[in-house]
Amino acid sequence: MPDRRPDPDQLLARIKQADDREHAGRLKIFFGAAPGVGKTFAMLRAARVRAAAGSAVVIGVVETHGRDETRSLTEGFEEIPRRTLEYRGTALPEFDLDRALTRRPDLLLVDELAHTNAPGSRHAKRWQDVEELLTAGIDVYTTLNVQHIESLNDVVAQITGVVVRETVPDKILGRADEIELVDVSPEVLIQRLKEGKVYVPATAERALEHFFRRGNLLALRELALRRTAERVDAQVRDYRQNFGIREPWPAVERILVAVGPDASATPLVRAARRMAEPSGTEWFAVTVEQGGREPSPLAADALRLAESLGGTAVRLVGASVADELLAWAAEHNITRLVVGRPARRAWWERFRGSLPETLVARDPGIEISVITGTPDERPATVRTQIRSAPPAYGLVLGVIAAATALGFGLRQTLSTADIAMLYLLGVVIVGARSRTRPAVAAAILSIALFDFIFVPPYYTFAVSDGSYILTFAMMLGIGIAVARLTGRIREDADRLRQRERETAAAYALSRDISRAGDITGIEAATRKHLEWAVAGTVDIFLPGESNHFPESDPVAVWVLENGKPAGPGTDTLPRQDGLYLPLATTGRPMGVVRITRPAAAELMDAVHRPLVEALVAQAALGIERVILGARNETSRIEVEAERLRTSLLSSLSHDLRTPLASIEGAASSLLDDSVKPDQVQAELAQTILDESRRMNRLVGNLLEMVRVQSGSLAVQKEWQPLEEVIGIALLRLDDRLTNFTVTVDLPATVPLVPMDGLLIEQVLINLIENAAKYARSGGAIDVAATERDGSVVVSVADRGPGVPAAERERIFDKFYRIGSGGGIGLGLAICRGIVLAHGGRIWADAREGGGAIFRFSLPLEGAAPALPAEETI
Amino acid sequence: MATEPLILLIEDEAPMRRFLRAALGAHPYRLLEADTMRAGLALAAGHAPDVILLDLGLPDGDGLDATSRIREWSTTPIIVLSARGLEGDKVAALDAGADDYLTKPFSVGELLARIRVALRHATATGKPDPAVVVGPLRIDLTSRIVTVNGVEVHLTPTEYKLLAALARFSGRVLTHRQLVKEVWGGHTTTATQALRVHMNQIRHKIEANPARPLLITTEPGVGYRMKEQDQEV
Repeated sequence: MPDRRPDPDQLLARIKQADDREHAGRLKIFFGAAPGVGKTFAMLRAARVRAAAGSAVVIGVVETHGRDETRSLTEGFEEIPRRTLEYRGTALPEFDLDRALTRRPDLLLVDELAHTNAPGSRHAKRWQDVEELLTAGIDVYTTLNVQHIESLNDVVAQITGVVVRETVPDKILGRADEIELVDVSPEVLIQRLKEGKVYVPATAERALEHFFRRGNLLALRELALRRTAERVDAQVRDYRQNFGIREPWPAVERILVAVGPDASATPLVRAARRMAEPSGTEWFAVTVEQGGREPSPLAADALRLAESLGGTAVRLVGASVADELLAWAAEHNITRLVVGRPARRAWWERFRGSLPETLVARDPGIEISVITGTPDERPATVRTQIRSAPPAYGLVLGVIAAATALGFGLRQTLSTADIAMLYLLGVVIVGARSRTRPAVAAAILSIALFDFIFVPPYYTFAVSDGSYILTFAMMLGIGIAVARLTGRIREDADRLRQRERETAAAYALSRDISRAGDITGIEAATRKHLEWAVAGTVDIFLPGESNHFPESDPVAVWVLENGKPAGPGTDTLPRQDGLYLPLATTGRPMGVVRITRPAAAELMDAVHRPLVEALVAQAALGIERVILGARNETSRIEVEAERLRTSLLSSLSHDLRTPLASIEGAASSLLDDSVKPDQVQAELAQTILDESRRMNRLVGNLLEMVRVQSGSLAVQKEWQPLEEVIGIALLRLDDRLTNFTVTVDLPATVPLVPMDGLLIEQVLINLIENAAKYARSGGAIDVAATERDGSVVVSVADRGPGVPAAERERIFDKFYRIGSGGGIGLGLAICRGIVLAHGGRIWADAREGGGAIFRFSLPLEGAAPALPAEETI
Repeated sequence: MATEPLILLIEDEAPMRRFLRAALGAHPYRLLEADTMRAGLALAAGHAPDVILLDLGLPDGDGLDATSRIREWSTTPIIVLSARGLEGDKVAALDAGADDYLTKPFSVGELLARIRVALRHATATGKPDPAVVVGPLRIDLTSRIVTVNGVEVHLTPTEYKLLAALARFSGRVLTHRQLVKEVWGGHTTTATQALRVHMNQIRHKIEANPARPLLITTEPGVGYRMKEQDQEV
């Protein structure tokens, strides 16, 4: 029978999701194909229903676009006043997030999810505001048009020819608890537009011509309907999973999209996302950085986009793009590989074959989807501008001038070919020391001068001998080749140096972190290395740890709560001074790192970001390790304590019940009516007596231990002779020592000892009793005392089996016993407690000639009382 | 003696009372029982017992209080019963006028010995015995000569005073305070320490093995006790 129970992991994930939902606010999106379909209207009507049901509904922001029907619906709702932001002389009324958070309504209406906030707002985008509202537990109703969805952005642009810049990541749709499609037919929409119900007439006119063509509207409507249908599909699927309805799944699909360093990267990522999304397929955006090329900002952007669309971004480094891609794909069970075909092919690809061709030719057993690229718009900023231009051209002039001067001076002795070589040398020098352009410039300059001065007819640019043309071409070619070669080598070296710097920084940090045993150490190490790496000031805030968390710094608090970076170069509060990064591994952030430096936004670019993120991640790992370590330690101690408790309970129940059982048995037997001989009766009585004494000792030990343990052990030291205390101990053990020879070696030189007689008596009793337990019956127990280094050392020795060296420390632990029999393992622990309270120490040794010897020392502090000497009568 | 000695037991624990009833029943004693201090005091006043066994942990008042109140009008020997670890209470009761104590749990033998000593001291005539003999030890209280196995032992005046005090109350415990008062007339901590040293010296002079004394035993935290004197003097 097939197992139809839901997978436990999935169940857990579901519970967690449900759990998160419980705390977070609910998001409902009123979704439409185009402006004017009535989303805001539908939202307001739904809000009225909620308000009628008793919820506190507040308008955060609602755009009525001058539509009267809509405005009439907003009446009666409380509205959060807008915040006005000054931007370039214009006052921009914006949604006031903070006020909304303070107001905390049950439901907040936030129109136009895709809106871009005015500069100076906390978040760049309104959907981020909404996320924060949801996190704060506020329900949100919002509206959204299909063209604003990130993954559909390109498609919409292709259909309508209008590029929409305001986009909303798909994940926010995924997060929505409910999506309501607000749908009208294109005809109705166009009618509404004409009636002026959507835009004011002048705008409506323009809109009709461009965006609101019937074809466009049909396509957009289809997109919106499909998108909603996909979601319904997903819900059905969830439902089936939740209830354990499983159908034969095709082998799990995994999509890899190869991201190149060109403008096709972003559309490719979106295309992959569209392929992956309907079936919830896992997908990866992979870029291969080839040695010798700068990491492309375009590829980095595409990877970031992939992550925001729910994919996983991967960066590989290798010489061959195809090799790396296929190796990674094989390793990760990729079923489909998505690549783009560049619209314009480089000339060498005609010989070598383009990437899709190479991949297909390798026949890797993976489905390969080739996406035709959009026209390759090479952005102007792809290449970084060549730095240090002026010195390079200075070099060109200098070197060529020198070559000319030398050639001119030696023109009588040198042949024309030699002079050409001289120029070539100059070109090579320039090429080797700068980049391609100066080298080309040098070559052209050389050709011009060479032609003008040294090639007949002299002092004209005319060339009589056609073979010089070849010389010119070679000079140019060699110049370019050398420049390219050295340029490549230099770039390699630069990259290597950069990588090395990153690796060194990461290594140094990881070394210091592993050395640091505590949070403070890790903090210091992170600060040091990060400051060195970013050349700025670094602060680390860890709530609940040694340093204070700046509660008053709202940005730090926000980063800690949301686990996202904020500040320059990020989507949140880009105008803030410092860059705030969350210190997180997988779960909630443990703290916040603040980097303060000029041009902090630079740290978030493609070049610096990996290093900064790697260092912060490493610090987070280190801190987590320490926190987990502390937690482990705590739980280890708890386990140990639990073990002790259990062992105490089992010891107690055994040690107390055994004598009780004997007593009860003997007593009931005595009460039994059948007549017993006197001898038997006496034996039974003796049993009762012996067992009750045994129990008395046990209880005594327990009580003593409680006293030692609870800290209520008040040591009342008085100077007194050791002999008396030993005497009491022996007297009290009298009946237990009948079978032993006890010797006491107490030289007269042993002085009075400051001690609590009652307590030391207990120590002696425990030690002697212990000795009696292990010494053979009839054996010797030797008690002795000596004065040594300002202490009196008392020893109790036996000839028993002795204490194994490994256990000589542990036997003084509570409830520790050697072997099974014997007491409950408290006697020696009590001894240690008492001796320590006296300022002495206690230890066990192997006795010479076999057996164990226990010693304890009692310090002779202070002066013994002087007694008046007396004559005997 | 015409009547058997009357013993008043003031103890709230029923099992303890049952045990003592059984133990004393086999001996020529009559027993009165009370389970509260009030009832005990009333019985003590009404029946004039020969010995009072007083538990220190009564529900309606502490034994110390009971001791002082009985001592206001009676010299009846009081033996207090108490658990180990409460030495302070015992000493307080003894200093307040109790004659002896027993640490719970105790054996019947110990109990009978204590009662016997208490009765003997109570019935003794005002004139003390001229000599006390405990095993090999003989203390002649009139000639102040101490012998062990017939050999005279030389003691300092303090030592003799201590030994004589213990001998006069042989079998009974004497608290540190009582002994110090006997010898020095007052009480200080230093005096207690001195007492211990003197006692140690006495033991070295009279005991066969001072580390395992038989004639004078230490009552830990309470005081000292000389072994009960031999019945035949």
